[in-house]
Amino acid sequence: MSDEHKPVPASEGENPFIGGEHTYATVTDKIAAIALARRTSKGWVLGFLFSFALMQLLLVAVGYLLYKGVGIWGINAPVYWGWAIINFVWWIGIGHAGTLISAILLLVRQEWRTSINRFAEAMTLFAVSCAGLYPLLHVGRQWFGYWLLPLPNTMRIWPQFRSPLIWDVFAVSTYATVSLLFWFVGLIPDLATLRDRAKVKFAKTMYGIFAMGWRGSAKHWYRYETAYLLLAGLATPLVVSVHTVVSFDFAVGIVPGWHTTIFPPYFVAGAIYSGFAMVLTLTIPIRAIYGLQDFITDRHLDAMAKVMLATGLVVAYGYMMEIFMAWYGGHPYDMYMVLNRMRGPYAPGYWALIACNIVIPQLLWSSRVRANAVFLWVLSLVINVGMWLERFIIVVTSLHRDFLPSSWGMYYPTKWDVMTFLGSIGLFLTLLFLFVRLLPVISIAEMRGMVSSPTDKEGGHH
Amino acid sequence: MSGHTKLDLVQIRQRAAGNGRQYWRSLEELAGTPEFQAFLEHEFPQHSEQAEALGLAGPVNRRQMISLMGASLAMAGLTGCSNPPDKIVPYVTPPEYMIPGKPLFFASSFEQGGFATGVLVESHMGRPTKIEGNPEHPASLGSTDVFTQASILQMYDPDRSQTVLHLGNISGWEAFQAWFNEQKDTITAKKGQGLHILTESFASPTLVDQFTKLQAQWPQMRWHVFDPAGRENARAGAQLAFGEAVSPIYDFQKAAVIVSLGADFLTAGAGSVVYARQYAARRREAAAAIDENKKEPAMTRLYVAETTPTSTGACADHRLPVRASEMEAFARGLAAGIEGKPVPADKNQKWIEAAARDLKKNSGACLVLAGDEQPPMVHALAHQMNQALGNAGKTVRYIAQVEGLPATSGKPAGESLDTLNDALKAGTVDYLFVIGANPRYSAPGDLDFRNNFGKARQIVHVGMYQDETAEWAHWHLPLSHYLEAWGDGRAFDGTASLAQPLIAPLYDSKSAIEILSGLLGKPGRSGYDIVREYWKPKLSGDFESAWRKALHDGVIPNTAAAAKTPGIKPLPASDVSRAATKLELVFRADSTIGDGRWANNGWLQELPKSMTRVVWDAVAQVSPADAEAAKLTNGSRIKLVVNGRTATAPVWVTPGQAAGSITVTLGYGRWRAGRVGTGVGFNAYELRSSSSPWFETDLTFTSLDETYPLSATHSHHTLESTPSGTKIDSMVGRNPVRVGTAEEFAKDHEFAAKMGEDPPRSLSLYPEFKHDGYNWGMAVDLSSCVGCNACVIACQSENNIPVVGKDQVANGREMQWIRIDRYYEGDIENPDAHFQPVMCQQCENAPCEVVCPVGATSHTEEGLNAMVYNRCVGTRYCANNCPYKVRRFNFLAYQDWDTPSLALMRNPNVTTRSRGVMEKCTYCVQRIQEAKITAEKQDRTVRDGEIQTACQQVCPAQAITFGDIHDPKSGVSQLRKSPLNYGLLADLQTRPRTTYLARLRNPNPELEKA
Repeated sequence: MSDEHKPVPASEGENPFIGGEHTYATVTDKIAAIALARRTSKGWVLGFLFSFALMQLLLVAVGYLLYKGVGIWGINAPVYWGWAIINFVWWIGIGHAGTLISAILLLVRQEWRTSINRFAEAMTLFAVSCAGLYPLLHVGRQWFGYWLLPLPNTMRIWPQFRSPLIWDVFAVSTYATVSLLFWFVGLIPDLATLRDRAKVKFAKTMYGIFAMGWRGSAKHWYRYETAYLLLAGLATPLVVSVHTVVSFDFAVGIVPGWHTTIFPPYFVAGAIYSGFAMVLTLTIPIRAIYGLQDFITDRHLDAMAKVMLATGLVVAYGYMMEIFMAWYGGHPYDMYMVLNRMRGPYAPGYWALIACNIVIPQLLWSSRVRANAVFLWVLSLVINVGMWLERFIIVVTSLHRDFLPSSWGMYYPTKWDVMTFLGSIGLFLTLLFLFVRLLPVISIAEMRGMVSSPTDKEGGHH
Repeated sequence: MSGHTKLDLVQIRQRAAGNGRQYWRSLEELAGTPEFQAFLEHEFPQHSEQAEALGLAGPVNRRQMISLMGASLAMAGLTGCSNPPDKIVPYVTPPEYMIPGKPLFFASSFEQGGFATGVLVESHMGRPTKIEGNPEHPASLGSTDVFTQASILQMYDPDRSQTVLHLGNISGWEAFQAWFNEQKDTITAKKGQGLHILTESFASPTLVDQFTKLQAQWPQMRWHVFDPAGRENARAGAQLAFGEAVSPIYDFQKAAVIVSLGADFLTAGAGSVVYARQYAARRREAAAAIDENKKEPAMTRLYVAETTPTSTGACADHRLPVRASEMEAFARGLAAGIEGKPVPADKNQKWIEAAARDLKKNSGACLVLAGDEQPPMVHALAHQMNQALGNAGKTVRYIAQVEGLPATSGKPAGESLDTLNDALKAGTVDYLFVIGANPRYSAPGDLDFRNNFGKARQIVHVGMYQDETAEWAHWHLPLSHYLEAWGDGRAFDGTASLAQPLIAPLYDSKSAIEILSGLLGKPGRSGYDIVREYWKPKLSGDFESAWRKALHDGVIPNTAAAAKTPGIKPLPASDVSRAATKLELVFRADSTIGDGRWANNGWLQELPKSMTRVVWDAVAQVSPADAEAAKLTNGSRIKLVVNGRTATAPVWVTPGQAAGSITVTLGYGRWRAGRVGTGVGFNAYELRSSSSPWFETDLTFTSLDETYPLSATHSHHTLESTPSGTKIDSMVGRNPVRVGTAEEFAKDHEFAAKMGEDPPRSLSLYPEFKHDGYNWGMAVDLSSCVGCNACVIACQSENNIPVVGKDQVANGREMQWIRIDRYYEGDIENPDAHFQPVMCQQCENAPCEVVCPVGATSHTEEGLNAMVYNRCVGTRYCANNCPYKVRRFNFLAYQDWDTPSLALMRNPNVTTRSRGVMEKCTYCVQRIQEAKITAEKQDRTVRDGEIQTACQQVCPAQAITFGDIHDPKSGVSQLRKSPLNYGLLADLQTRPRTTYLARLRNPNPELEKA
């Protein structure tokens, strides 16, 4: 490594998405060390134990659920769907950032994605795992949940393909599969690096198995990059399709507040919105704890904040259109639905949602806000809450007062709803803690690429 | 076993001969010896364990009712409810009528309040499962009320009394008989002095005969009659008006104008099932006449003046809230108006004058009637008005009083509870037999009856439950359910009918007739013999064939009471000056659990009260004005104080309640009702006095600043207060019930269609599905529906619908497949109310079907929206997408899978749904299939009217019509052609197969609200 390859500091030059003075070796050292060399810190142990304990809530809640039935939740007539579906949509939404960052930004050559894609993909995977639990758990007879799959059987009964819930099964399972593959394929070169650097026999073996014999030969690299690009191409439509299909769960229904054509784009934008918010929520502390400011720079945060601002505006447009269409359509049920959201018993939730998702994020117009990591972190939490509220408002306020006033009711969650939700957060955090401890949180291979001048990649000295 | 006991063969033979249909296994059993009991316990130890496991051993929390509601088949099986278990031999030659899978129907009669209603009981392989009205019986005409429907659950109630108790210990009939034989000489020596018998009203000819004989046997014996919510006032009123014991029988079909003074004649009291039918029939005929631009028959105009909103009040064209204490003055005002005298100038003047004019205009074709709760004077005034209007013999006829013993000279036909109380206080009661009644619970609070009760030397209680009275009785004798015993009864019009058992007694019980036979010195005679013996000289022609015919038909011909023409007597001026105090307390029997006798019936507890929609609780109904003044809201607890008697009650703000009146319902607050009814609600009897049983004039209350959780199935008010204090009108643009006046309808036949949008069928991208063959549809006439709830219970019974409990209802999880929606219209102090029964609408474009991921709900070729229960995984998307919200979900394991006695009750043709499964109405698809199979075997198509859904069959008002909508001649097709016909939420393009006929009101133009 010679001096001329030293990258210039982020603030000044052509490659602003990497800070400090890094070479291939320092990049590898720094990132691999998180998994290999660093001692398990007390903070990690405490955090992991906390998350693991939280996850046990899920175990208890699910155990009791299977024993008693979904009646332990607050769902009732007319609100037959409650927190389970809200949480499902919320988690799925969060799971959007990963694919978007990995696939779309790769295809449109947004280099800055490199520092955060691994992390975002992992987050996606964990969020989708949490999301996937809910549809299965929320059905009345969980042990027959597999009937939603098109399994050949002696009675020759197929699922009912007109139901959006069936589309959901395909959309979510496809998304989960592709996300997993994408993440894993991206990990292979890094796993090989870890295999080579690991000093403990067990770790060496395990990394070795998952590295799948990676030797870093040119042929490997060629195939790897082809596969990665292909997967990126495959994953790209999924970013749009998954949440579109999830939105069909509502839009296909005739319930006022659900039955609207704006749902697909508005759901996708909302998903990306919440996904980026979650990436920020997680990145900012990890960056601080593991000293990764050089790789995840303020410019990264700035870029993500801009994405949030843009998608947030799309979401705001969606809200406005809902109100406009209710008025323009002139349907008494839709009009009442909007009024009921604004002034009915759940009005505080609606206004909190507007505040969290529309009003407060307008601060992102200011570059000083975007440059302040602490502020951004708080803002990302606000958006996460806002997006959860959005799903609550969509599911609950639409159902609790629909067509016949005689059947109206109220919905209140029970402790089991809360426990299941907290438990799924516990599951998410547990997986995340394991991930940062055992795997490189930033793609070493791709970061190495960043160290060399991107414009001069082929001519770089190795 | 042999040699342990000397068997009293004489007695055994008697018992064996006596029990015509009871099976027995050994002589020891028949003798009921302790050895045999010990043997049983030794042989079947699991039975006692089972009893414990089922929670019979200790008190049970009501919330666990679902999981615990059970008795053991073991106990039931000991006396055998089917074939004895020790010899199982298949039929070699089966009885020709017994075909497995084919139900049999037997006529019987159900008695309540002293009057019998003829029923046909469906029996599957020896188990009664469903009760239908007997079309031949004049008090039923094929329909029934809620209590008749729910009586099947009462029979299988695992909490029923199962053994004879002596001083709280298990004893036996022999021991009781032995005890009684010892006492008999003493009683006879004193000619019955010191012996008191307390019963409820009854009209059973056999029982009347037995009582007459008993009085002859012991002339000094005293007989008391106590109905907590009976017709004493009506009887006293007739006495006052005519000087003799007569009962009025009305004909609402002939009445063009009806004024009800607090009478809920459409849903409560004797004859209400028939009255509702007559009333609704005339309304329907009038609507059809208007449609054909004819004038006759004119539509009935119903005026109701009442204190507490009732179903009849909701049906009224003009309803006026009148305080109970002012009802007499009100009636006098009306009488004056009819006589052409000046009507007192007060707030009711205009109303009274208009009603009086209307009545006079329709002299001879109108009716004035008073409710059972009204004081005798109001009844007398009503009789007087009917006489003055020339209605006697036209819209009302009089017959001799049906219930009770004929009054013999100088001796009252049944004394009151008060006289018994006095005797108890004086310590002159040596023997007290309480048959059927439960006075320790239901005696008015001012009698201090509970204390005095213990002053009787020996108390024998005969009842179906070990209730509050049994608790303090020396002897408790279990009473058979009417489906288990032979008997007879008389309908409200005097028609006699027989009651035959459908099943041998589940427990070691006897009927009242059998027990009285014991008192008459003939113990051990079977009810069958006694009833037959009574009727032998009375049936004309060949007795055996007449008897069989009477049994088969359920009616004994030519027994209706003859009409009388009693002369009206001048009425005394009112000597009661009831000062209009600030507040009054009004009592009513509860509309679902009656006077408390149905407290342990889960179906009835969970049945929403007609007007308040409250379940599982008693409330104090307060008018909106009073509630506002005292800052009360639904569930606020108040302490009611009447003459030092107190009770604490939760408030229900009731639109239409007379201001200044608080109404409480009787029947709650029982402490020994059983696992369902114990501890539910508060006991309003505590507040009652024997001198003024139906209302008290000096009530005070204090708010306790506490809230009590109430469950109601209707939480909606037209205007919803929002957190910001603004109101959003939720009913704008929705017309679930379409209501018009007869006048509007005459002017514009299409008014109902104009109240909502009905998109054309061509408005679809898809080709129309072609339905061949049968196409089932239903029409519900909103003008006919009286909101009596009978369809709800009939459906529950037919379709094995579980009970979920108060907490689950509070969370909106009730399971009844039909609900009666109740909408208010207008001023909250006196709103119009409209009922709308809503069950699955069987949409042709069913929104539920497309969203089910597993195809568990799909359309049949006949247009039914079918549910495949065992395919359902429970995503609940269908229910979300159902705009009518008629789907019901088993959020938890609501169905009781463990209680054997309840298993016997279920309809074998309907799947019992498990937890996690969606369910709903399918037009009684099991009945449709059965009729189709029958028709196919006879090589014909199903005839119109051949299939009756359970709700249709039970409906007293005949508001529901079901049939093939592709058959242009079918009843339902005719109704669908009516201009009043509309589809609920048809603007959603769901194309419901159930349609409604808009409600027609017939207000008096003079009174029509501006």
